[in-house]
Amino acid sequence: MTNDRGVVWLDTPAFPEAARTALADTQLRANLKRATSTIRDKRLTVAAELDDWEQLRESAAAIKQHTARHLDRYLVQLEEAVTAAGGTVHWAADAAEANRIVTELVQATGESEVVKVKSMATQEIGLNEHLAEHGITAYETDLAELIVQLGDDRPSHILVPAIHKNRTEIRDLFRAEMGHWGQPAPEDLTDEPRELAEAARRHLRQKFLTAKVAVSGANFACADTGTVLVVESEGNGRMCLTLPETLITVMGIEKVLPTWSDLEVFLQLLPRSSTGERMNPYTSAWTGVTEGDGPSAFHLVLLDNGRTDTLADPVGRQTLGCIRCSACLNVCPVFERTGGHAYGSVYPGPIGAVLTPQLVGVEQAASLPFASTLCGACYDACPVKINIPEVLAHLRAKVVEAKDGHTVEGLAMKAAGKVLDSPRLLGAAQKAAALGGRALARDGKIGRLPGPLHGWTDTRDTPAPPAESFRTWWRKNREGGSS
Amino acid sequence: MRIALFITCFNDTMFPGTGRAVVEVLERLGHTVDFPQEQTCCGQMHFNTGYRPDAVPLVARFARTFADYDAIVTPSASCAGMVKENHPVLAAEYAPAALQRQVGELVPRVHEFTEFLTDVLGVTDVGARFPHTVAYHPTCHSLRGLRLGERPYQLLRAVKDLELVEVPAADSCCGFGGTFAVKNADTSSAMLADKTAGVLATGAEVLCAADNSCLMHIGGGLSRQGSAVRTMHLAEILAATEGGAQ
Repeated sequence: MTNDRGVVWLDTPAFPEAARTALADTQLRANLKRATSTIRDKRLTVAAELDDWEQLRESAAAIKQHTARHLDRYLVQLEEAVTAAGGTVHWAADAAEANRIVTELVQATGESEVVKVKSMATQEIGLNEHLAEHGITAYETDLAELIVQLGDDRPSHILVPAIHKNRTEIRDLFRAEMGHWGQPAPEDLTDEPRELAEAARRHLRQKFLTAKVAVSGANFACADTGTVLVVESEGNGRMCLTLPETLITVMGIEKVLPTWSDLEVFLQLLPRSSTGERMNPYTSAWTGVTEGDGPSAFHLVLLDNGRTDTLADPVGRQTLGCIRCSACLNVCPVFERTGGHAYGSVYPGPIGAVLTPQLVGVEQAASLPFASTLCGACYDACPVKINIPEVLAHLRAKVVEAKDGHTVEGLAMKAAGKVLDSPRLLGAAQKAAALGGRALARDGKIGRLPGPLHGWTDTRDTPAPPAESFRTWWRKNREGGSS
Repeated sequence: MRIALFITCFNDTMFPGTGRAVVEVLERLGHTVDFPQEQTCCGQMHFNTGYRPDAVPLVARFARTFADYDAIVTPSASCAGMVKENHPVLAAEYAPAALQRQVGELVPRVHEFTEFLTDVLGVTDVGARFPHTVAYHPTCHSLRGLRLGERPYQLLRAVKDLELVEVPAADSCCGFGGTFAVKNADTSSAMLADKTAGVLATGAEVLCAADNSCLMHIGGGLSRQGSAVRTMHLAEILAATEGGAQ
């Protein structure tokens, strides 16, 4: 389903229920733990190799903040530079507009098939589904995206969309589904990574050599030169970016950087933070069109889709600094247990928990800002220093505000606030808690309880509150002492 | 130096022994501790659950109660973090200039207990003896919030006859997270299960930390599993002495 703006957003079920399904899947949890801990360790090693890592993070945050403050200027500059280089720029206020623009551009070529290099923005707007409604088939060419597409599945990770699948599951999928989309997988395909990659390679090559139109995302775009960049690991992206006649790039407006030289910072941070590599294998950059080399038509679709609203929030706007490296996912203890599907969005994990509610509206994604313990691991890992816990807490206040306090929780919080603002009432509550707690307790411990606290008491004992609070002890033993 | 103890509402109600231990250690080191009775709560639960306006009276109360002290010491890393990081945020958003100023002046004088010992008093050996195997859990707020780093370890290493052991994946969250444990009970329980397994793997007799809330969570899981591992606040270990009650 989509929200009013057309953002792909699977509103139901809310995070706690969606997480429960994932937690019960032991294979999923094992796959996730192995994958995230491997990337996590690699990231720490390669980040530690740079003695100016923290300065790089500072620089990245500063560049992103500066760009956000002057986004209007840089976007216009980007449009001028792209146009001067022979490209065409289109502005899309929301998903519906972006989908319409891309569909019309493809229709104008007369083609009914497009190849795609992995793009979060086109997933955000549900482009593949929209194209399909208009008789155009989009072939995902990123290996993990291909796995997701063949499985009629959804991505569960920003960088490793099929992280929830292991190689045996992938082998079965290739054998069952590849034939329906193009070249079938060999009958005797095993789950050896090399064989799996070879099957995907043969399957995809057929698409690359026939497709006349490609759709891509963008990691960065430089306002001064009009250059657009995609970084990737497989080379499939480069095939999409160079072989077809028409290239259509859909890019969130926050991806613009002021200058080509700003890439120095981000191209050091991104691969290290995302895959734990010093450098990603393929970096493709193009500036408009060049006669006799690569696509002869280039269209850049600049997507807003809630981003300028996000920009208007002084705390929330830092979220737009995200370079989609997924470091926050790989260090998040919640993501590690629940996987990405529980977040109901193409943006999972800590960054998804802050980005999605801002793109679709906090009322519609009310459970996401609470899908975190605020442990802070994501903030430490973020290469652009997005203070995700700060934004989470900020959005929680917005969720509460949207509900206007008329909830059981809201009333309880009000009551607690009254008690906690009075030492006398707090003392009385402590006595009541001690009496009540001791009545419930057995051997000094409170066990399973029914009602709203069952979630806590199902897996933990709670000590009974002692008969004497600290303030009572102090009054008896130290009152009248020094001050 | 006028030192005030900020016990926190949670410790006051559930773990008064931690407050007594803090008083004991500081008095042993020759300091006098005051406990202003007007204190209640730092407002962390309200702030973190999204009820910001309801936390503002608590910010004002805190600033009023502790205004006259040179140092405000608290045995809770998360409450210390709440005061240091978020009281200024709340004051800037909701409070008049006078309170904003008061909060700003107060914040540098608020100290988490172990940081107060090592950085303000310059002590790592507090004269404690604790002949047990102890594991330390760096809670998220002490680790990534206050950046206590080596401080708790320095204090524990100076305790006589204490054997310190390391919990595997020590820096990963135990899954408590305040109301997270209730709102996302299943995910919280899954995180807790990994944490208790790690604690049990150390063979420690005692697990300690600078936050009783996380200890209540982990200790509650250990207790439900029938484990004999005890949880104690770090201050209680530092308060233990030769021949003292353990």
